[in-house]
Amino acid sequence: MTIGYYPGCSLEGTAREYDESVRLTAGALDIELKEVDDWSCCGATSAHSVNHLLSLALPARNLALAESAGHDAVLAPCAACYNRLARASHEVATDSELAAKMPKIIGRPFANSVKVRTVVDVLREAIPSIKAKATKPLDGMKVACYYGCLLMRPPEVSGSDDPENPTCMEDVAKAAGAQPVSWNLRLECCGGSMSVPRTGSVVRLGRAILADARAAGAEALVVACPMCHSNLDFRQSAMANRGEAPMPVFYISQLVGLALGLPAKELGLDRHFVSVRSLLDNRPAAAAKEVA
Amino acid sequence: MMSTEAQTVQSENATAHLPTLADELLRRTGRNPAKCYQCGKCSAGCPMAAETDHRPHDVLRLAGLDRREQLLASESLWLCLGCETCTARCPNDCDPASVIDALKAMAVEQLPDALPKPFSAFHHAFLDQIKAHGRISELGMMVSYKLRSGALFADATSGPGMFQRGKLHLKPPKIEGVDEVRAIFKACEEDGQ
Repeated sequence: MTIGYYPGCSLEGTAREYDESVRLTAGALDIELKEVDDWSCCGATSAHSVNHLLSLALPARNLALAESAGHDAVLAPCAACYNRLARASHEVATDSELAAKMPKIIGRPFANSVKVRTVVDVLREAIPSIKAKATKPLDGMKVACYYGCLLMRPPEVSGSDDPENPTCMEDVAKAAGAQPVSWNLRLECCGGSMSVPRTGSVVRLGRAILADARAAGAEALVVACPMCHSNLDFRQSAMANRGEAPMPVFYISQLVGLALGLPAKELGLDRHFVSVRSLLDNRPAAAAKEVA
Repeated sequence: MMSTEAQTVQSENATAHLPTLADELLRRTGRNPAKCYQCGKCSAGCPMAAETDHRPHDVLRLAGLDRREQLLASESLWLCLGCETCTARCPNDCDPASVIDALKAMAVEQLPDALPKPFSAFHHAFLDQIKAHGRISELGMMVSYKLRSGALFADATSGPGMFQRGKLHLKPPKIEGVDEVRAIFKACEEDGQ
């Protein structure tokens, strides 16, 4: 399968390991990613806070580029980019006036023919292939699958079948051999871009999310968004002040990559702030398997 | 020449037809705040409700009451995370997240000097990066944010950890189509005028 790839700005910087693990894991699953040539920023929270048309036009340029490259689908690993791209596509599809003026605004032909997809969506479709190729399944590692806000919301944009109780991420984690725990805060927001202008709010929200995952018995958190990762991994040192052990935070692409036997270093696992090493090294079943 | 009486009637009509906040929100979002029946489901799920003066259902009520200045100057708008929980759960399709976005855009247009500094600094710094490079340079964005907000030492200790992990690039990104992106900003700014 070939699909257009829109990494987005974070994946070139603070979420570099998300980019590395998506590319590597997709490759191992025979999914060919073709990066959209000359893509630009989706505008993120800032564009939709100040100018509605801008918040649709910036993503539309990227959809138009993917379209002109001949793609019928584009993968946006960042949940925020995904939401902006999918929303632009949704609004253009449902507003003929907007559809008529968009090519003029972005200075390009735009037929709105590209479907926007998440990493979870693409990996879920690849579950048979994950199961067939999992040479190092995760042997029941207890994970809390964290969807956050924009992967599933709003439902008319994401097309999610059950926005309040989705299972797609758990399905993928199970295929990788992990054991998803049942917990409450998997769809609560981590604070997103508030990390910069109001760090205290992000720490408050993150602390509650981690505490709930811990109470459910999770050994690690699994995410599919660079902002969720940054707010729960990088900001965790500001939260872990009650003597709890730090909780590793995996990208879903890293979790699947590990199960496929891809090297931890190449999946970018050494780039995290909370080390994943002790969790991976101290798994008795996994260790025994490697010795055998 | 119009009679004085006719002039008075005309000016009264003009006042009567000044758009209310609800009119303006309807035009911008396609949603009428009066449709909100104050069930509070939006605010029950709002992760920031504990920190805001005006929760989502308060915002809709105040919009319906035409409390323009009170709303546009409220920090509560800027505390919205855009997580869309309110919109996903609203039983009457009032879309509080889009209403709050529209109010923020109106605050930017109508009360630019009253915007709370950290948020206005953040969004300006962010959009300036897109205009300058077509993509975000996270390092450039943080430097620009610090200069604009005055929060010079916020997160100052995180830089080395980020750099050590290969997460910060010193060189800003550059795309071929940066002029195209600038033209999109211009077209969108002019469209609203």
